[in-house]
Amino acid sequence: MQKHTSWLSGPRQTPVTRAVTAALLGLALAAAAHAQQAVTPTSLAARDWKVPRLADGKPDLQGIWTNRTITPFERPADLADKEFFTREEAEAYVTRTLQRNNRDNRTDDVNDVLSAYNAFWWDSGTSLLPSLRTSIVVDPPNGRIPPLTPARSAALAAQRAAVQERCQRPGCAVANSGTPAPADEPEALDLMTRCISFGTVVPMLPTAYNNNYQIVQTEGMLAINTEMVHQVRRIPTDGKPHLPSNVRQWFGDPRGHWEGDTLVVETTNFKGEFFGRMTAADENLRVVERFTRVAPDVLLYQFTVDDPTAWTAPWSGEIPLTRTDGLLYEYACHEGNRGMENILRAARKEVRETGAR
Amino acid sequence: MTQNALRRLPLVASALVALAATPAFGQSRNARPSLSGIWQALNTANWDLQAHSAEPGPAPMLGALVAVPPGPGFVVGGEIPYLPAALAQREANRKNRWTDDPEIKCFMPGVPRASYLPYPFQIVQGTDTIMMTYEFADAVRIINLKDPGEAPADSWMGWSVGRWDGDTLVVDVTAQRDDTWLDRSGNYHSNALHVVERYTLRSPDVLLYEATIEDPNVFSRPWTIRMPLYRRLDENAQLMEFKCIPFAEPVLYDRIGAEPSGN
Repeated sequence: MQKHTSWLSGPRQTPVTRAVTAALLGLALAAAAHAQQAVTPTSLAARDWKVPRLADGKPDLQGIWTNRTITPFERPADLADKEFFTREEAEAYVTRTLQRNNRDNRTDDVNDVLSAYNAFWWDSGTSLLPSLRTSIVVDPPNGRIPPLTPARSAALAAQRAAVQERCQRPGCAVANSGTPAPADEPEALDLMTRCISFGTVVPMLPTAYNNNYQIVQTEGMLAINTEMVHQVRRIPTDGKPHLPSNVRQWFGDPRGHWEGDTLVVETTNFKGEFFGRMTAADENLRVVERFTRVAPDVLLYQFTVDDPTAWTAPWSGEIPLTRTDGLLYEYACHEGNRGMENILRAARKEVRETGAR
Repeated sequence: MTQNALRRLPLVASALVALAATPAFGQSRNARPSLSGIWQALNTANWDLQAHSAEPGPAPMLGALVAVPPGPGFVVGGEIPYLPAALAQREANRKNRWTDDPEIKCFMPGVPRASYLPYPFQIVQGTDTIMMTYEFADAVRIINLKDPGEAPADSWMGWSVGRWDGDTLVVDVTAQRDDTWLDRSGNYHSNALHVVERYTLRSPDVLLYEATIEDPNVFSRPWTIRMPLYRRLDENAQLMEFKCIPFAEPVLYDRIGAEPSGN
């Protein structure tokens, strides 16, 4: 337990003052919030709390947990080497961020479609992580992911150049990747547009909405249902070896084991195609995640990303997951993917009408 | 007794206590049967729930590879009690089964079809919730043992509420969309579908599956299917990733925007 208290204890503050700070901040934010309640851990109740256990003696990690937050993924440049916000800085940051997220984004051009979402549509919450860290990335200590290897950097640059060259001609669209890409064939479109991955499964990273995960656990097996596009990870904790290395999966092959009261999950066998934060990774990715219950309503989630052919060093992040009272709902993305049809229809029409691809 | 034997006595006693406390097959420690594990139907129900002969498949050039295998039927009493108009719809579905079956499109299969697809599924039996996770289309459903209230909306896998009837897990499934079929033969339902499933361990590795299907828009009375599901005993058994979206994309999207006069 001792080594995991860092989620609450910033520098120069005891865990209890930090908890009070977080709770007060949560209250202040809840008062300021417009659409949703701020989530805060009931940390003060944690003093006499003991980790609940299943019949097999392992900690009970079950429940519905959320990682929604407005804490930045990487530390913003202007915060430099500041690892934690002070309470005042946190309030200012929250106010500024909520104002920025909630402006009216309407324009009179095509950007109206691309950026029409304001805070009403997002479910990133209205609070920072209760640790008041300035970034989800905690290692390297500057809170920013390390540079790519020269080879990976060159490969990605070549890919970008090829797409740019292709998109000199008709049939491209921005879709969800953020930059123009070929849009007249399904497999050329990004994984989010195809409803294959929103980049929220491994590691479990927050995004614009659906930041909820349900854990169900039994002896030797723990399953995590990611609300975003109903991706389930089935994690054996019975010592079963990994799949043979020629077998590759979009979300890899997870294996769990217990180190004390921490569930450690190692995931390998990735296919090497990703969306979102992990786009630069390749098939050599290995993710190690650590799940530790640290308070009645807090499941500490720590992860290390190791991909020696993609990044020059491993990097790690930390998110205290907060228990949520709601239920998970089905997000049937592929089944209703009209966006895909319309993107293809438009791009193909453009190609057909201009006779050039 | 030697001193050694005496020393062992407490060990023997605690071993006996442990033995007494060890649940019988399939019993979890809270006295409910544990249905956790990887299960799969071993039959042709997904081809046709009713009794059927072998037939040619949709691609003669593939020979025996995709021929329709025969089946003795899985409907209690034999026939699905269609209303006359609904039977006509089923015939239309069957005629177009090689293009219209939602399985072709990698759509989540709904209940009960998810239970007898030719892919394994896994039951993870938690404390207040049971997760059923299916290899096909990454389909999943949560069975809440504490009533979560009414479904907020219809969904592909429905809204499942579970309870124990003795050693049988009974799951009440409502709020399913009308987009799913019951098999590859065009047997179907409307969004008034109400399914009551019963899962009963017959032996450590055999799970008896029963589903009573009620849909006043399509059937003249409730009817029941029944089949055993078998535990996957392969030493390395696990649900693997069968993300079928890329396989369905050519079928779903190749014709989109291709028509010269289209828009």
